[in-house]
Amino acid sequence: MTTTVPEKHEQAAPEPGDEHIPGAASDPFAQDTLPAPRDASRTLLFSLLRPHRARVALGAALLLTQQAAVQAVPLLVAYAIDSGVPAVRDDDHGPLVAVAVAYLVCALGAGLLQYTFIRVAARINQSILLELRGRIYRHAQALSLDFHDRYTSGRLISRSTSDVQSLRELLNEGLQEMLIILVSIVYIGGLLFYLDVGLGGAALLSFIPLYLLVRNYRRRSARRFSERSSAIAAVIVKFSETLNGIRPVKAFRRERANDAAFDRLNARHERVNGDTILEMARFVTISRLIASFATAGIVLWGAHRVTSGDMELGALAAGALYIRRLYDPLDRFAMILNNYQSAVASLDKISGLLSQRPDVPEPERPVELPPRADGRPGREVVFDRVRFAYRTGGEVLPTFDLTIPAGQTTALVGATGAGKSTLAKLLARFYDPTEGRVLLDGTDLRELSTAELRRGVVMVTQEAFLFSGTVAENIAIGKPDATPDEIERAAKAIGAHDFIASLPDGYETDVRKRGGRISAGQRQLVAFARVLLADPAVVLLDEATSSLDIPGEKAVQEAMETVLRGRTAVLIAHRLSTVEIADRVLVMESGRLVEDGPPAELIAGTGRFSDLHRAWRDSLA
Amino acid sequence: MSASADPPASPARKRSVVRSLLRLWPYVRPVRARVFGAAGVAVVAASMSLVMPLVLKWIVDGPVAEGDTAGVWLGGGVLLLVGVLEALLFGLRRWLVARPLAGVEAGMRAALYRHVQRLPVTFHDRWPTGQLLSRGTGDLQLLRMFLAFGLTFLIVNSATILIGFGVLVAQDWLLGLVLIVPVIPLIGMCWLFEVKFSVVARRAQDQMGDLTTVVEESILGIRVIKGFGRHRSQARAFRALSRELMDTEIHKARLLAAIWLVILALPELFLGVALVLGVGQVADGTLTAGTLVAFMTTAMALRWPVESIGFLLALCNEAATATDRFFEVMDGKVPPETAREKGPDDGDAPDGLVFENVVFRFPDAPPDSPPVLDGVDLHIRPGETLALVGGTGSGKTTLIGLVPRLHEVTSGRILLDGTDIATLPRREVRARVALAFEEPTLFSASVEENVLMGADDAGPGDLDRALRVGQADGFVAALPQGPLTEVGEQGLSLSGGQRQRLALARAVVGRPGFLVLDDPLSALDVHTEARVEAALREVLADTTALVIAHRPSTVQLADRVALLSGGRIAAVGTHAELLHSNDEYRHLMTGERTEVPAS
Repeated sequence: MTTTVPEKHEQAAPEPGDEHIPGAASDPFAQDTLPAPRDASRTLLFSLLRPHRARVALGAALLLTQQAAVQAVPLLVAYAIDSGVPAVRDDDHGPLVAVAVAYLVCALGAGLLQYTFIRVAARINQSILLELRGRIYRHAQALSLDFHDRYTSGRLISRSTSDVQSLRELLNEGLQEMLIILVSIVYIGGLLFYLDVGLGGAALLSFIPLYLLVRNYRRRSARRFSERSSAIAAVIVKFSETLNGIRPVKAFRRERANDAAFDRLNARHERVNGDTILEMARFVTISRLIASFATAGIVLWGAHRVTSGDMELGALAAGALYIRRLYDPLDRFAMILNNYQSAVASLDKISGLLSQRPDVPEPERPVELPPRADGRPGREVVFDRVRFAYRTGGEVLPTFDLTIPAGQTTALVGATGAGKSTLAKLLARFYDPTEGRVLLDGTDLRELSTAELRRGVVMVTQEAFLFSGTVAENIAIGKPDATPDEIERAAKAIGAHDFIASLPDGYETDVRKRGGRISAGQRQLVAFARVLLADPAVVLLDEATSSLDIPGEKAVQEAMETVLRGRTAVLIAHRLSTVEIADRVLVMESGRLVEDGPPAELIAGTGRFSDLHRAWRDSLA
Repeated sequence: MSASADPPASPARKRSVVRSLLRLWPYVRPVRARVFGAAGVAVVAASMSLVMPLVLKWIVDGPVAEGDTAGVWLGGGVLLLVGVLEALLFGLRRWLVARPLAGVEAGMRAALYRHVQRLPVTFHDRWPTGQLLSRGTGDLQLLRMFLAFGLTFLIVNSATILIGFGVLVAQDWLLGLVLIVPVIPLIGMCWLFEVKFSVVARRAQDQMGDLTTVVEESILGIRVIKGFGRHRSQARAFRALSRELMDTEIHKARLLAAIWLVILALPELFLGVALVLGVGQVADGTLTAGTLVAFMTTAMALRWPVESIGFLLALCNEAATATDRFFEVMDGKVPPETAREKGPDDGDAPDGLVFENVVFRFPDAPPDSPPVLDGVDLHIRPGETLALVGGTGSGKTTLIGLVPRLHEVTSGRILLDGTDIATLPRREVRARVALAFEEPTLFSASVEENVLMGADDAGPGDLDRALRVGQADGFVAALPQGPLTEVGEQGLSLSGGQRQRLALARAVVGRPGFLVLDDPLSALDVHTEARVEAALREVLADTTALVIAHRPSTVQLADRVALLSGGRIAAVGTHAELLHSNDEYRHLMTGERTEVPAS
């Protein structure tokens, strides 16, 4: 029953019933990258932006105008001194008034345009994030269980949370800042060209070493950041592992050994953390040095040209001040670049997830199931020449035929990996068969809409997951429009009413709040009440492996019999006591049905089931 | 004692910001020279930035205008020197604090980790892992940021503002005053904005948390959702929460837009007034054009320091909150190793494990609630194995947790070979008592390390023996690297049954005198259970053991059984005796009900 999972990051939980092919190193699921078309993230970004084209254009226009207003201010100062002062001396207040008005317009304009821009940008950003969150959510819900089995829940959660978060940070803070920086550089560059072509050209040349530096920093910092994030991840894992296992930590006196192990991880993080900060320091120093040399060089060259009469003195005076401003945003630019890199990495992962296609497509022309024959709750199930293999090639179920008459309870027995869960998942249409058909009262499952299918077939795992919310809401998952009366009736029929009534707020008790603690056995009863309320024709039951005490087990077994009465049922049995309530036992081995018959008959025989049963009997002694 | 405070920190400030931040001093003290040195360097660098425009102006107005070539070269040289100095000082400031402050962050994290490990289990029961983890990561990173950046620039920018305005007023007191007028309201409005903004930002964070919960649940519960085809309330909650979050974010953006309007427009308007007045003065000849240019340039250079004050104050506020959150945990009291002094009646005799009138109530339970254990008397003789049976919630797990002192008894005594465990150092108690929990936890380490952590000095022979007892030798040998295979969170994940068998091996590896097992066979399949039992029986033959049992097969391991009911030991005897004489016991072991006991 051991499994081989060579990849450290991929944890294929080999719980009973989980029969997927473990992630080999070549499996894309084993690494955290899903195959996606090369330009998937760009396509994704454009598809998110497209509905907001008009707003994006408006935002861009606002930003361009706003930066024009901001950059105009030094020009106004220059104009006021150069033209305003002589005019005032000539008693002409016209230019000064013009400057005052222009200054007022620029000041208020810059503020108001910025105000509008932030609000427009927020609309765009938030709509994009809303859409993206929704897409990931819906997509994750639509993907098959096969996918969920392989793509761990932790990763899916981090796709929908931290990856969206890093995109959010870029959109909210980085992108707009980056645009402002770029626009201001373009404006200042333009102004320098306007003042003097040579001045502009020289400033432009100075961006060559700066560009090389930025490129070099990007490469180096990417490496530092990935070192740092894996170092902090190691610290976090150690920290949370200790906290989650605090009882064994204390019981086995691990405190000192843990201190030492933690110190090692912490010291590594300290080192790479320092490296990252120093990398930034290096960039800032070098970029400022380049800027200083460029400024001094350009001013000297300009001064030389002024003395030789090639350039106006005023142009140099204004140009010298603008050059300073040209290099000011370099530090911020480096920081935003880091944000941008992590956002791009996140977007890549998200688009990889979104480009996964659901394995079980909806039918184009769905059909309805015929009404149940003579009002009985069950339906007939037929596996018609069914074969199932993973797309990677491993055959799980060789071709087989199986008919389960309406109302029959069938137990599937066999070792882990024998194919029990796969058979059940084919019936629930979590997978489609590679060959052959699965029929429900003669209708191929692939022709049924999801809603119709789930009215017909319900799969329950007894290790029941409870959603936050009230007990009543958790039962009503089986039938969202159920009345409180129906819910209570289902709970009573299952035998769950007594314990629910004894909870602090009865059916309205929040299962995640204090006092709402529900034991494993009680969870199973809630899960059964769900099924009873859903009233499906076919029930697939994956039995729990966790142990209950004996009274709990009895209650669960009684509830199970209530649920199964009259329905067609397939039980994946882990305990042989469960098998006793079945009408029929199917023993599976390596994907084949090797024994088939009523339990009593198989026990009396000499096959595998008979051996298994004897061993179990002995253990009960 | 603040350890009993509820984990989610109340946003209300109990201390002033400054008093909270001062608590950081012991951690910062070792690197104080570097931190203040960096602040000094930053002040010099900032003045370089103020000087730079003046130098530029001087070159253009002076040597260039006069055609003085030597002067131009000199000016260029000065310009380069100032620029290079500025660049190097900026770098120096960062270099000075980079490693020391990474060290402060790491030191605080290590202190937190050490402390948290030693806080009592009751503390951990109240504090979710996430809360402690966020103190160890996000809060400490914020504090480093604050020390590296916030604190420095609060000093530097305040100094720059004071110096800058001194220069301005000295150059022209009227124009200087015009520019000072908006500074106070501007800083005030920035501060007010940060306060309002942090409230909304906090709301956004909470909503993000709720949204994350829904997302997590719909992923963790995907099998239920798929099984029933839908979960409308879940999808509805997702839609509603993501809408709410969007509204809050847009509210945030509105506040941000408003403050930007103020920041951009207000100082600029006063600069405009100063410009017009200045031009008037220049025209009158009371001011030189060069002075006006220098004045305007200095005023513009002061904009960022002024604007940043509000943000920096808010950062102080956040840092103070992070400090409080950190010390909330650090202030938790670590209980002393021994709970009381050795008394005269504490003998030392091989007397097994004795519970004497043990009462236990959770420290945070209301005082009028009934105790979980209400006078437990039990004697497990040396070498004896006693099974503990009881209904769900009867306190079995709590009772056995008292033996290695994971919890302290409220009253009464527990004696190990005649010595009250309260008089022994905790480490010693835990060295003598080995445990296996129902939920077996493996740490991220090799199988071998996981098992051997149960013993102080065990050899390879002990490992093999322990693995055999847990019937784990077979599957361990088949692992990719055998007993050296990494398991746990970071390694290979094993099935519940496999983990349980390794936990059992860990409990027996050190040949402990006392063994406490919580339903050690619950996750095993039928065949394995029988084999483990056989091997365990040999170990138990000469060990004093207390075993929680849920089913008859586990009870078979024990010499006697004790029934825990209503916080007391209701009956003690052999399995057969209790089956015959006790209705509750019969119900628990067979599911049959002859009369209805209080459940």
